[in-house]
Amino acid sequence: METNTRVKKSRWIKDRVFFGAVCVLSGFTAIPLVLIIWEVLRKGYRQLNWSFFTEEAPNSLEAMMAVNAGDLIPGGVANGLVGSLLMVLMAVVIAVPIGILAGIRLSEHPESKFSGMVRSVAELLQGTPSIVIGLIIYGWVVKPLGSYSGFAGGIALAMLMLPLIIRSTEETLKMLPGSLKEAGLALGASYSTVILRVLLPSAFGGLFTGILLAVSRVLGETAPLMLTALGASAIEWNVFEPMSALPLQIWEFYNDPNLAGLIWSTSLFLLLLILTLNLLAKRIARKWKI
Amino acid sequence: MENMQDTKQDSPKHCILEFKDVSISYTEGKWAVKNVNAAIKEKSITAIMGPSGCGKSTLLRSVNRMHELYPEIKTTGQILLDGKDVLQMNAMEVRRKAGMVFQRPNPFPTMSIYENVLAGYKLNGIKVSRSQKDEIVQKSLQDVGLWEEVKDSLMKRGSFLSGGQQQRLCIARAVALRPRILLMDEPTSALDPIATRKIEDMLLELKKEFTILIVTHNMSQAARISDDSMFMYLGELVEFSDTQTIFTNPRDKRTEEYLSGQFG
Repeated sequence: METNTRVKKSRWIKDRVFFGAVCVLSGFTAIPLVLIIWEVLRKGYRQLNWSFFTEEAPNSLEAMMAVNAGDLIPGGVANGLVGSLLMVLMAVVIAVPIGILAGIRLSEHPESKFSGMVRSVAELLQGTPSIVIGLIIYGWVVKPLGSYSGFAGGIALAMLMLPLIIRSTEETLKMLPGSLKEAGLALGASYSTVILRVLLPSAFGGLFTGILLAVSRVLGETAPLMLTALGASAIEWNVFEPMSALPLQIWEFYNDPNLAGLIWSTSLFLLLLILTLNLLAKRIARKWKI
Repeated sequence: MENMQDTKQDSPKHCILEFKDVSISYTEGKWAVKNVNAAIKEKSITAIMGPSGCGKSTLLRSVNRMHELYPEIKTTGQILLDGKDVLQMNAMEVRRKAGMVFQRPNPFPTMSIYENVLAGYKLNGIKVSRSQKDEIVQKSLQDVGLWEEVKDSLMKRGSFLSGGQQQRLCIARAVALRPRILLMDEPTSALDPIATRKIEDMLLELKKEFTILIVTHNMSQAARISDDSMFMYLGELVEFSDTQTIFTNPRDKRTEEYLSGQFG
């Protein structure tokens, strides 16, 4: 009797200790994120005003004078914002249709040799360092066109998005019940109609979430854009001209001591943008669950 | 079938579907369905019974060629629907003439109840006017006894309905195309007894207009609703006659053993 309760007690203690350790350790994983947000917020919030979003990046001299006078650095990141939007838009336009088609192929013929090959290539592409993708696009697009351009940047981002979209499409379609496809076919619809009008709409939530996550992933890419879009100090709408992007601007501000004050606010903005996209993606995934 | 029962019918019913020497195999040399010969009467309910894996679903699915979703399938013989061999026809055309209802209710989750009923028209690109659409929806939902229950929520998603209602919606979706025959693959096996009862009553109404071929695991269901019954075992059609005969006076020993619960 006595030993029995002692065993119970020691088990209870073990259980508590283990549970406590799990809680503490999982709490630790949240610390870096909280610290990052705190740090960026603390250093960057002051510059986040209207002109930050509407004006182009200031030149070094203007910034120096403002800082010396104790003012905020004038100007903003409008050129990077426009560039990021345009390039991500191009990447979406290129990568989404191709990625969804490839994902359909993979989920419809999961066992075929060709699908296996496509899957490995996509995995390989996902593992390729982004700077290497930048180099490749430099050779394929920048060189032949004779100029750095937002277009080249968009293609580089599309290459990075592609494997993510392929995978999310495949996974989403695989989760749909097979009876849905049968129901469509049994009504006499063609295979392509069933895919386009039954399966894809049913998978919309998952596909959209995948696209949002892919966008938030490439929004922060810097290295491939250095070799393709190069950067620009003014707002550029022509996609065949060099273009700036938010992460590229962080890099530029870092290289100019007078503009260093803008690093944090740009980082804060980029971080918030990506966090928002992620949260949005999660909400949509939950709402559209079948 | 030199049964007395067949000849005593006052108005001999026309046969709408005929299996002639139908054999189906999924893998070389192994037959899931062996030399089936049978003729299905118009505006009647024919039940296909048999233990799991006896080929009853395969036989049913061969009628609208859904069994071809498995790529290695081989089918021989003839399946005549209104005298035309479905195996020689375009599969999509066949499927419009032979509606199918599955084990689990599978309404399209992105479509409203209204759109679900019209899905066959929409997916096949058949143009119908607004008033025709309303008419088809109302008629089809009335046919399956769902109209009164859903007429005020036609624009809601079909997935909000109960399991039994969803299944009736799926039947309405098949009925909407006015098929020559309705193929049902254990349509009540995922439903509770009350919902099952409703569907059985509805099938008895539906057969005034449609021919129904139904696969069922449930012998009492076959006894309750079918006019004719097939008993299949190991891919063979062991016995096929009117339901009363097969249940009271089976000719084959295997049928008797199955119906008395000795295997299954």
